Amino acid sequence: MLCQECQERPATLLFTKVVDGKKTEVHLCQVCAQDKGDTFLSNDASSFSFNNLLAGLLNISPVVQQAKQPQQTEHDQVRCDGCHLTFSQFLKLGKFGCSQCYESFRAQLPPILKRLHSGNKVHQGKVPARVGGTIHVKRKISELRLELKGLIEQEEFEQAATIRDQIRSLEKGMREQRGEHS
Amino acid sequence: MTLEKFLTQAVSSWMSEEGPDSEIVLSTRIRLARNSKHYAFPTVFTEGEAKNVSAEVKKAMEHVEEPLELLQMNELKELQKRVLVEKHLISPNLAKNSTAAAVWLSEHENISIMVNEEDHLRIQCLYPGLQLKEALEKANQLDDVLEAQFDYAFDEKFGYLTTCPTNVGTGLRASVMMHLPGLMMTHQMNRIIPAIGQFGLVARGIYGEGSESLGNIFQISNQITLGKSEEDIVEDLLRVVHQIIAQEKAAREELVQTSGIRLEDRVFRSYGVLRYSRVIESKEAAKCLSDMRLGIDLGFIKDVPRTILNQLMILTQPGFLQQYAGGFLGPFDRDLRRASLIRERLEMDDSQYKGGTDL
Repeated sequence: MLCQECQERPATLLFTKVVDGKKTEVHLCQVCAQDKGDTFLSNDASSFSFNNLLAGLLNISPVVQQAKQPQQTEHDQVRCDGCHLTFSQFLKLGKFGCSQCYESFRAQLPPILKRLHSGNKVHQGKVPARVGGTIHVKRKISELRLELKGLIEQEEFEQAATIRDQIRSLEKGMREQRGEHS
Repeated sequence: MTLEKFLTQAVSSWMSEEGPDSEIVLSTRIRLARNSKHYAFPTVFTEGEAKNVSAEVKKAMEHVEEPLELLQMNELKELQKRVLVEKHLISPNLAKNSTAAAVWLSEHENISIMVNEEDHLRIQCLYPGLQLKEALEKANQLDDVLEAQFDYAFDEKFGYLTTCPTNVGTGLRASVMMHLPGLMMTHQMNRIIPAIGQFGLVARGIYGEGSESLGNIFQISNQITLGKSEEDIVEDLLRVVHQIIAQEKAAREELVQTSGIRLEDRVFRSYGVLRYSRVIESKEAAKCLSDMRLGIDLGFIKDVPRTILNQLMILTQPGFLQQYAGGFLGPFDRDLRRASLIRERLEMDDSQYKGGTDL
């Protein structure tokens, strides 16, 4: 995550301010924190919102955004099919309205997620057993393919053949499953 | 009510236990954020949808082995909610939302599942000391049981879909609460905090505002939830925490060697304040509690148990003080109460240590 102040260095400090039970968080780098630390603590709580952060992540400061009307309308036009949240509303809120937002904003999301998660764009973790569907099998297949490649390089052809058969049977299983559903 | 009786009711039982590395790590928390694919997220959902979510959660909960108690936010008094917040069992956010917001709590209060917070579900597991893997395993178990009943919003590419884009992917926040007086006194924290950031982790002070940590207590947690597996996130955090533990130990050793008597003096001054003061502000209490705890860890103070810091950190917060007093307290009355509660708590150990020998 980049520093909210300079937008240059990675943010390493998180300032949390609570005013009347309202929590505000500001991500800063060491340099800006030292420069501005005191002013942040005394500033109006509303001066830093998630909006500034998200807009900053998209390299559109709120001011620039107003100047560039075309981009604004473009963002207004992208709307979630499920909850009807527009992309600009999402930026303003810093929160999604429903699970379909991810689908509707799929094209716009990667740059945001990349900045929020140190360049990562694709989930690598747990997959739910029921809803996850064929992801488990797909992951297993790609693991086996890697193994297969290694075995072929080492000229372990007998073992490679077993792995190849495993991949084939997994792929067949997936095709059959798809056939049943359609 | 006697303090002892109040304590057994007030302090979560896991908090009175010691865990691995509890000399420096006070507690471990794992949180998983999950949502239903059928309903809008709490950002925009209707009251009807909120109620449907909580009904579906209730049904899914029947399959959870541990007995969990359901607390509806709109049925709790303000003070009760505040106490739950101070115990980290619910978030301030949940306490404010009353549209079908609820929490499911285990008897030992080491499991808390929030419903209709920022996400439909927030599964939390709390453990004493450093037990990240254990807490993750427990949270995963609960997650599996719920997933069998509840249709999670999940995407092949984005992972678990969450309300806030900062949680998407694993929906996992792993955090460790550490007591780091040695690193603070040797002015090493300013160097360590930025270094932590390079590993996708973040450190924040618990007491007080901004980066300043009055009680020398820091929470270290992962910032990145996408593109790393749960195991890797926990493993990376664990590695960094182990290094911080080693550095904190080295700093304490150095302090004992270079300024032994001064350090001992500081510890006992603070201990004296806690034992005898009649009025104490939360800032001063936090500082003295940290010093006393360091004194216990270093062996200067022998007759006070270590877990007292975990307990008093929470007990001296405004919500608890008022609950103990049985009603609203102004700031000055709170400072009075805080002082007397700390004194009583310390005296409780005196009798425990004297009477405890016949066990």
